[in-house]
Amino acid sequence: MITLTNRSKPVNRKKMTFLESIYIWNTFIGMMITLKHFFKKKVTYQYPEQTRPYSPVFRGVQILNRDEEGRERCTACGLCAVACPAEAITMEAAERLPGEENLYREEKYAAKYEINMLRCIFCGFCEEACPKDAIYLSETHAPAAYNRKNFIYNKQDLLIPNPKTQPEEYAQAKGLREINKKKK
Amino acid sequence: MIHLLTIDWLLMLEKLILIAIIVMFSLLVAMYSTYAERKIAAFMQDRIGPNRAGPFGILQPLADGGKLFFKEEIIPSSSNKILFILGPSLAMLTAMMTCAVVPWSTDLHLFNKTIPLQIADVNIGILYVFAVVSLGVYGIMIGGWASNNKFSLLAALRGASQVISYELAMGIAFIALLMLTGSLSLRTIVEQQVTSHWNIWYQPLGFLIFFVCALAECNRTPFDLSEAESELNMGYHQEYSSMKLGFYLFAEYVNMFISSAIMATLYFGGYDIPFFNEAAHTDWGNWLAIAGAVCFMIKISIFIFTFMWIRWTVPRFRYDQLMTLGWKKLIPLALANMLITGAVVLWMHK
Amino acid sequence: MTATEILFWFLSALALFSALMVLISKNPVHSVLWLIVVFFAISGHYILLNAQFLAIVNLIVYAGAIMVLFLFVIMLMNLNNASEPQRNSLIKLAGVVAGCLLLMVMVSAVRSAGEISHSQATSDGGIGLIENLGTVLFTQYVVPFEISSVLFLSAMVGAVVIGKK
Repeated sequence: MITLTNRSKPVNRKKMTFLESIYIWNTFIGMMITLKHFFKKKVTYQYPEQTRPYSPVFRGVQILNRDEEGRERCTACGLCAVACPAEAITMEAAERLPGEENLYREEKYAAKYEINMLRCIFCGFCEEACPKDAIYLSETHAPAAYNRKNFIYNKQDLLIPNPKTQPEEYAQAKGLREINKKKK
Repeated sequence: MIHLLTIDWLLMLEKLILIAIIVMFSLLVAMYSTYAERKIAAFMQDRIGPNRAGPFGILQPLADGGKLFFKEEIIPSSSNKILFILGPSLAMLTAMMTCAVVPWSTDLHLFNKTIPLQIADVNIGILYVFAVVSLGVYGIMIGGWASNNKFSLLAALRGASQVISYELAMGIAFIALLMLTGSLSLRTIVEQQVTSHWNIWYQPLGFLIFFVCALAECNRTPFDLSEAESELNMGYHQEYSSMKLGFYLFAEYVNMFISSAIMATLYFGGYDIPFFNEAAHTDWGNWLAIAGAVCFMIKISIFIFTFMWIRWTVPRFRYDQLMTLGWKKLIPLALANMLITGAVVLWMHK
Repeated sequence: MTATEILFWFLSALALFSALMVLISKNPVHSVLWLIVVFFAISGHYILLNAQFLAIVNLIVYAGAIMVLFLFVIMLMNLNNASEPQRNSLIKLAGVVAGCLLLMVMVSAVRSAGEISHSQATSDGGIGLIENLGTVLFTQYVVPFEISSVLFLSAMVGAVVIGKK
């Protein structure tokens, strides 16, 4: 027989000796193993107080980005929706009116931008496809909800807080990723 | 006309208080055994275990008990109602009854009275334990049958046959010990060990057999066939809910406590303090009795820990393995142990 | 009336009542459980007679082992009212006659037993204690004792032979 690995052991079907058949010695060996584990370092994270650090390539809920002056970066080009393999992204474009220059960076913007979190597979293709650096995947999870409607995230849910008016929330939303990057 | 004066009311009161204390204490130990079980299981699996209710999760048993009390009480409509309620009651009763003959320590001297820390020093003490243990199987059988559920019935039958099988080896292992002590009274057995060596030095094999059988009698892993979750959906207490289920689970821990106490009494000197001459310190009075009781509790805790240690090490036996071990290995071993002990005792006395 | 007498009457009433319930109850499992209560009451009587060893052995052997096996078998047979066989009146008559004869035998036995001196039957006699019982069994009655053990051995061998078939 060809074995896949060299670690496999054939089953031993020898008749047990009397000492083996009363199981006491083997049980004792097993008990020594569990005793060793008794004094080992515990792997538990005390969750609410202590969180597990995210991996640097972690992909969480999408965030729509703003530039330094707090203007939305998205131009509703639709490349993210095209790239999305799960077809979770829909959007409607609109033209920037005069006087809205402080809200939107380009002449065109997304009037409606929705991501269906039940469809999203967090592959990160939208982030890769975006030419304007307007969408990226953050380090938060999509929270649970009681009905399907709540899983369709609209623009208000996705937009990052304004760095001008709410600098603290902005820094928080920007996430640990930036801090971690700086640390490295 | 009843002569009320013929009854020693003071003695009755004293015994009643002692019974109340011991019963409460057993329940407390059983409660914290559940906590210890979860903690030990966690530590052996590299986890931390319950630590939210109170500091280090100390209040966890209270939370569990409270939860059980508030659960809905369900009695299956096709069950036998009286027996369905009788089952857990019997399990709990037989578990608690055993502690009547265990000597917890030497006599206390309070209010110019000598109070023995033992409910009843009967001259058949250990036989009483055997009788109660053999009755313990009714709790499982009646509960399993009255549930009117095939898994429960199977589990009850398994449990009963297991207890009967292992009682034999246990009894034979104990006969060998009896030949050495010459007494059935637990207090006498302990006092013999206080003045000379512990019985474990004379009966190591007997103790090992007794220990394995005690595991089986308590339905502890690796002998927990009657509550095999994976095969029988929880076994004999499948249909039980709320505090009736709690009684069954609790009875198991009380049983474990009592059988640890019996083993410590029979083989490990009971309330004897190791490397310490009690006879030279009689002036300590009551403190000596308390120290003895504490020492006894430490021995019991070590046994309870070993019970749990084994549970979280060894998987469950198959039914045929269980029966082979009981009938073909342990009973011949116990018989050989008994014969050798008998021969040695005869030879030494000649 | 002393405490012993109260206990005696209570245990006697309990024993008779549960013995009746063994016969009356329709469910065989209930019968077995009532029989266990009877054994308990009788063990209580043994303790009143200062025969603690007999009392506890009665519990271990009868209530603890034999009744468990009975319960075992009855649970597996799943007896119920429907499977109870119909008895004709002739068998019923035979049962009544046999019962009356047994009652007569027992009454005459009890009457003749009245002549036995009371000293052995009260708690003064220590014959039921384990040391005395052991001494008597292994000196005065050693031959009947050993013969009965041979009887048990042959019964065991017989059971093994039947089981092997």
